[in-house]
Parts: sequence; structure tokens; C-alpha cells
Amino acid sequence: MAIEIRSAPHIKTPVSVETIMRHVVWSLLPICAFFVYQYGLSALASILVVTGSCLAAERLFAATGTQSGDIRDWSAVITGLLLALSLPPAFPLWMGAVAGFVAIALGKALFGGIGFNVFNPALVGRAFAQAAFPQAIASYSPSFLPGRFTEFVPTSLAWPLMQPADLMLWLKDKQLDALAAATPLAKWKFEGVLAGAEELVTSLSGHMAVGPSPALILVCGIYLAFRRFLDWRIPAAILGSAGLTAWLLFALSPDRFPNPFFMLFSGGLILGAVYMATDMATSPVTPKGMWLYGGLIGLLTVIIRYYSGLPEGVMYAILLANAATPLIEKVTQPTPFGKSALARLGQAKRGASYPLHPGYISREDAGAVTPKKRFLPNKPKHPPKE
Amino acid sequence: MKLLSYFRGEAFQRGVHPPSCKLTADTKIRRLPFPPQVIVPLSQHIGKPPRPVVKVGQEVVRGQPIARTDDWLSVPHHAPVTGVVEFVGLRPGMRGPWIDSIVIRAHPGATQEDLWGQPQDLSDTTRDALLQAIWDTGMVGLGGAAFPTHAKLTVPKQAKVHTLVVNGCECEPYLTCDHRVMVEQADALIVGIRYAMRATGAVRAIVGIEDNKPDAAAAIGAALQRSGPAPEGDIHAELVPTKYPQGSEKMLIMALFGVEIPAGGLPVSIGMVVNNVGTLAALGQLLPRGRGLTERVVTITGPGVARPGDYIVPLGTPLRFILDYAGAKDVEARQVILGGPMMGQAAASLNVPVTKGISGVLVLRGDEAMRHEDRKIYPCIKCAECVESCPMGLNPSTLGMLAAKREYDLMGERYHLGECFECGCCSYVCPANIPLVQQFRVAKQILREKAAAEKATAK
Repeated sequence: MAIEIRSAPHIKTPVSVETIMRHVVWSLLPICAFFVYQYGLSALASILVVTGSCLAAERLFAATGTQSGDIRDWSAVITGLLLALSLPPAFPLWMGAVAGFVAIALGKALFGGIGFNVFNPALVGRAFAQAAFPQAIASYSPSFLPGRFTEFVPTSLAWPLMQPADLMLWLKDKQLDALAAATPLAKWKFEGVLAGAEELVTSLSGHMAVGPSPALILVCGIYLAFRRFLDWRIPAAILGSAGLTAWLLFALSPDRFPNPFFMLFSGGLILGAVYMATDMATSPVTPKGMWLYGGLIGLLTVIIRYYSGLPEGVMYAILLANAATPLIEKVTQPTPFGKSALARLGQAKRGASYPLHPGYISREDAGAVTPKKRFLPNKPKHPPKE
Repeated sequence: MKLLSYFRGEAFQRGVHPPSCKLTADTKIRRLPFPPQVIVPLSQHIGKPPRPVVKVGQEVVRGQPIARTDDWLSVPHHAPVTGVVEFVGLRPGMRGPWIDSIVIRAHPGATQEDLWGQPQDLSDTTRDALLQAIWDTGMVGLGGAAFPTHAKLTVPKQAKVHTLVVNGCECEPYLTCDHRVMVEQADALIVGIRYAMRATGAVRAIVGIEDNKPDAAAAIGAALQRSGPAPEGDIHAELVPTKYPQGSEKMLIMALFGVEIPAGGLPVSIGMVVNNVGTLAALGQLLPRGRGLTERVVTITGPGVARPGDYIVPLGTPLRFILDYAGAKDVEARQVILGGPMMGQAAASLNVPVTKGISGVLVLRGDEAMRHEDRKIYPCIKCAECVESCPMGLNPSTLGMLAAKREYDLMGERYHLGECFECGCCSYVCPANIPLVQQFRVAKQILREKAAAEKATAK
């Protein structure tokens, strides 16, 4: 009988990196389906092309040895799906393919692959698209167009390296209000029109240029949080801090700023809070750090949305917080057991089964001195110099 | 029940819930036959190894001292079988290197009765005499650490002990020896607890039991009813929510009393002494009879064992004999683990004997070991599962990355590596399959060697 010698522990949870990534992909599928239902053929093609481009880039860089990991770990699929969901559904397909490649190449492979990336790869791809194709990324086609399952929006099919056709002209041809092609955030920012609450939450009302339904994203996020594939603290901190900041500003001058509910449910804040900011490699590992990181994202989002020339601010807020993550981790290291204030004071926490001192011993009697550790003495912090 | 215990407050923060796999929780303790040959390693615990007092060719009876010591942190050994000393010298040890051992060949015809000890009355001895009697039994902590019991029960001069905590958690998966001891030897356990209370001067004793063993708590309650009130003080059995690693004394004290032992301190710094139920039950059996420790209860279990169970095993029985008896011969075993699967040590060979600190022999088949351990190792994806599970509140993710860069000094100074007690929760949960606790063991060893070298040069 041959036996093997290994170091403990000898058992392990069945959860692996692939398990986590696969579950995130599964939870994204209903959101993608809803996105396709809203925008039809163009959205489907966009999702397929962007994800395919991400997978091809990942395969290329893994095969050349530039980065760790492989397409089998499903992480590139997440990047592709998130990038496609954050782009307008009728984004020209060739631009989507370029953005997908850049997301993996600059966002992931450059740093060494899975686990090493500093910035969320999907957002790197989107930031690149925002800088390179400002016209295309700002033209959002309206949802629930008639005939969306039989024909493409013309912008989708632009020739590679060519500018897409003008969306406004096409909409005019179809006898549609051109205003429907602006996102609720852009409408508020540039025209001062607020969208209604139920339209925002469900994204079900027609002829609005909105992304996937926030309610659906929240449901999928709650599933992930329950399975512990996502840390609930980060979305909670983001939404809490964004809501609080927006509410404060709204309370100060209700006519200049929109209500906090509009802030939370418009644009990509929910998608960003639930899926983008919680990217494991780019968010802090310390529990306190997660609150700080989420709080920072929420605050930055509201500031960018209110005071910048851009209607949307979630992307830059998350990228900035990603950059701050190493520092946040450094200042929020957890307190080890036995070094907390509770331990220093020798106080018991409430709700314990037994009192620390039996009642029939006086506290003075029990107030024993801490003897020195006998066998593995602690290293003195400042060794005496002689 | 789970929800209730959740609202009652967490036992201690973080920790993990591995599948319990207690295959042998309902089977009675059985006796293993005596092997033809026993191997007693001299060094089974911390401290200097005791020196042998028998010669090759000498006849010994079961229970006779075969090795004695003067070192306070060491204990004597007793002959586990009646027979003849065959060899004194090097034999394979559990960690791999060969160590000094005494080999005794059992007389095939002997009744193997314990003939050595004299019944003794310890009802009104002094504390020192009681500690001396405990020392003479050769008792060490049977939970796994094998720390000499008399040294643990000795209260330092400047400290005062008011509470004896009896550790009946047995949080490791698969192991059930403490559970069965509590159910079947509850009376002996009460006797042992009373001796320990007298030795330490404690005025109350609390048996902490995880709530997956309610029958153990009931058995102890019944035994307390039978024995009546103890003159030493109150004895209680208390259920705590099941969670690994509750068997660590710091975690158990947190669960029972809600107090953190200051870092680097021992339980005695807050007036407590923690002992394992197996240790105290054995003490309760041995002390009144004046005998030495010659056998212990060992859980022989795992998917690779045909007849798993809790067995009374003579100390020094080679693993090969045990596994043949329990039926691990015909199955393809890949790993034989001494102790539980979370902190146990893989046996270096099957000629290794059972020593005082081995609470279980776990045989894993090839397929499970395959599924869990040959997985691909990814870079750390910073999922924070390890941070969420470290009972000591460390940051294993960052520590792991520093260990890969061999920044051992930084790990010790900035990230509190010294607090790690190697429970293995981080490696257990890591989805990237990074051998975190294994790296920390190496790092701690290197830091210890470095500190020792510095101390030597300073002198």
C-alpha cells in the first residue's frame, strides 16, 4: 500500500475559481436575456461579438504565456458580458470587438492575468471605448422598437474602421421621437426631464434608452450574495453612500438636484455596484476596506454626475476606487484576535453564556496578573540596545 | 435551532463549517487486540525525552514504568503490554525521521492485565502531591497537542485560577473519540474533572460541547446527577454552536465567556485552565488505581476503512496492525492521517506507532484526495474568503502573497503571522487552491530559526 504525505488540511471546499466565475456568468444570463428582449437582434449580436472578442484575446495571451489563467476559468466571459451590457445595444460591432480586445489586453493581460489586474477589465474596455468612440457610445437606441427581432439597428452594422450611420436620421425615418434616444441621465442633465420611478426600476416602459432592468440586476445580485460569490458589503456601501450624498444635496436645494431615488436607479449605478465594483481582484479583501471602497465609489459617482460635463460617472468612480484599493487595504488591515480593545480591557462581550468571573470570587481575588508566556516568548517590539 | 443560535450571538467570529463526516458517532468504543509488538517512542511530547530504565531482554509487565524523567516538561512512559524488551534504539517516527524508541514483544499467552499499579487514596492530599501523582501517570493532553498534563494543571505563582474549562468540542471532522468518551465514560470524566479542579484550585468547571453532540451533554448531566454535588465547586455541561475551530482553547473561551485572551497570553492570564475531555476521563480512571497511561481511545475512520469505529488501542501499536484489523487492507488507500483532516499529520509510514497525542487515524481513498488536492492552483483572486474565515482575524490573502515573495520578516512584523495557530481554515476555503497555511508553517519555522540564531549570537 503506497501512501502519500501531504501537509494539512487534507480536505477542501468544492468551491473553486471556476465555480465562482461560472455562477457569476449564470447570474448574468437572465440580465442578458432581458437586454436582448429590450433591444432585439442588435443587442444579441453585440453581446456575442464583445464576449467572443474577449475570449479570443484571453486565449491569445494565455497561449503566448503573457498571462496566467485560461478561458476555461470563465473570467473572460464575465468581462465580455459586462462590457456588452455597459455599452449601448446598437454599438457598432467592430468597435465592440476592439473594446473587448482592449479590455483583456490592457485591463488584464498587461498585469499578468486573472488575480493580478488592478482595474476592472470590463471598465478599462469601456473607458477606452468612451475615449475612442465618443459619438457612438453616446447614441443610445430606444428600447422596445417595433421589428427589433427582425432587423438590426443600422449603427450596429457599420463597416470596420468606418463611422456608423446617423442614428437620429434613422429614428426620424421610423417616425420616432429623437429624444427617446437619450438616456434618462442625459435627459436630466441636458434637458432637466426626470424619468418616473417605475420606468427606472423595471425598464419595461417603451421608447426609453435605458440599460438592463435594475430590479432584475438586484435580484441576481442577491442570489450571488446568498451563495457568497459576491460580497454584499460593497453594493450596500455604494448604494448607501450614493443615496446619502444625493439625499443631502437634494435636501439642500431640491430644485437644482434630482431626488436620491432617481440617482440610485438611473444609469449604470446598479449594474456597477452589483457586478463591476465587486470584481474580486480589484476590490479590497478587508471587511472595513470594502465599506470604505464602496463609500468612495458612491460619493465619487454623485460628484461626477452632478458637477462634470458627463451625464454618467459610475465608470470613472469605480476605476478611481480600483486604483485606491491597495492603499485602502493597507490602512484597513483587520485586528487580530486578542489585540482588540475588548481584549486589552479584559471585558467580555455581551450575550456570553457564562460570566467571566464566578460571582463568589471577588474581582480583586480573580484579578490575576498575566504571567509571561513560558515557551514561545513574544519578541519585544523595541529590542533594548546595549 | 441554527437560527436560534445565530440570534443568541456568534460563538466566535469567522471560522468554517466543514462537512462533519462523523461516521462513528453512534458506535460503542471497542477494544483492539494486543499487537505482537509495540513500539514506544521516547519523545512523544514537548520537553526532553525521558530516559529508558529497561534493558534489552528484560521482562516487563503491563503498566510498569519503562522510561523516567526529571524534566518537569516531560513525562514517564509505561509498558503498554506484558512481554519482553526486544530492542532499544532508533525506529521510524511519525514525522519521518527515526527516533529513539523502546520495542516490546508481547507474550502471546499473557492475560495482559494491568498488574503494576497500587490503588491510592488521593482524597486529602496536598496540591503538590496530587500534581506528582498526575505526573507519575505519564499523562499528556490527549486532544492532540500532547502537552504534559501536570504542567498544564500547575498554576504559576503570581496567577490565580477560578475556572476549569473542559474541552469537549471535537470540532475536527471524522473524529468521535471524545464524543464517545463523554457518552460512555462520563463518570470517570467527572472524577477527573474533580481532580483537576483540586490541582488548579478552580471553583467551577464548565464542559464545552458542540451542539452536534447533545447526547454527550445529556450523559454528563446524568453522571452529575449520580455523583451528587462536588465539594470542589460547580460542574456544568454547556452546548456551544458547532463551528470549526472551536476546539482551540481561545475560541472555546470566546464562545463560553465572550472574552478574548490577549495576544500572546495563556488562558491562565484570565484565570482559566483548559483541558481535553479525553485527558480528564483517562485521569479519572488512572489516578485512583495508581496506574500509568498505557492505552487510549483512537477513532479509526475514513472512507478507506471497512470497519470504522472508536477503539481502545494499546500505545505503541503500529498503524499497519490497526489498519489490517479495521479493514483498510483491501481498499486503495492514498493517505493515512494521524489526527483529524484539518490539522492532522500524514503518516510517514505504516510502521509508525500510535502515540499519546494521536486521537484518530483517518484513511482517505485515492479519489477524494485526488478531487480536493490535485486541483489547479490559481493566483490569488482576492475573493476574501480566507479573511472571512480566519478565526484569529488575520489577513491570509496578503500573508500568502508575501510568503510567495519570501518576505517572512514583514509577515511577522506587520501582519501578525505569530498569531496564526495553523487551523487550516484559509487553505480549506481558498477557491484558488493556494496552500496558504502550508506556506505559513514554513514561514513560522524560518522566523523561529532566525530568532533562535539571533538569540545565540546575542549571547
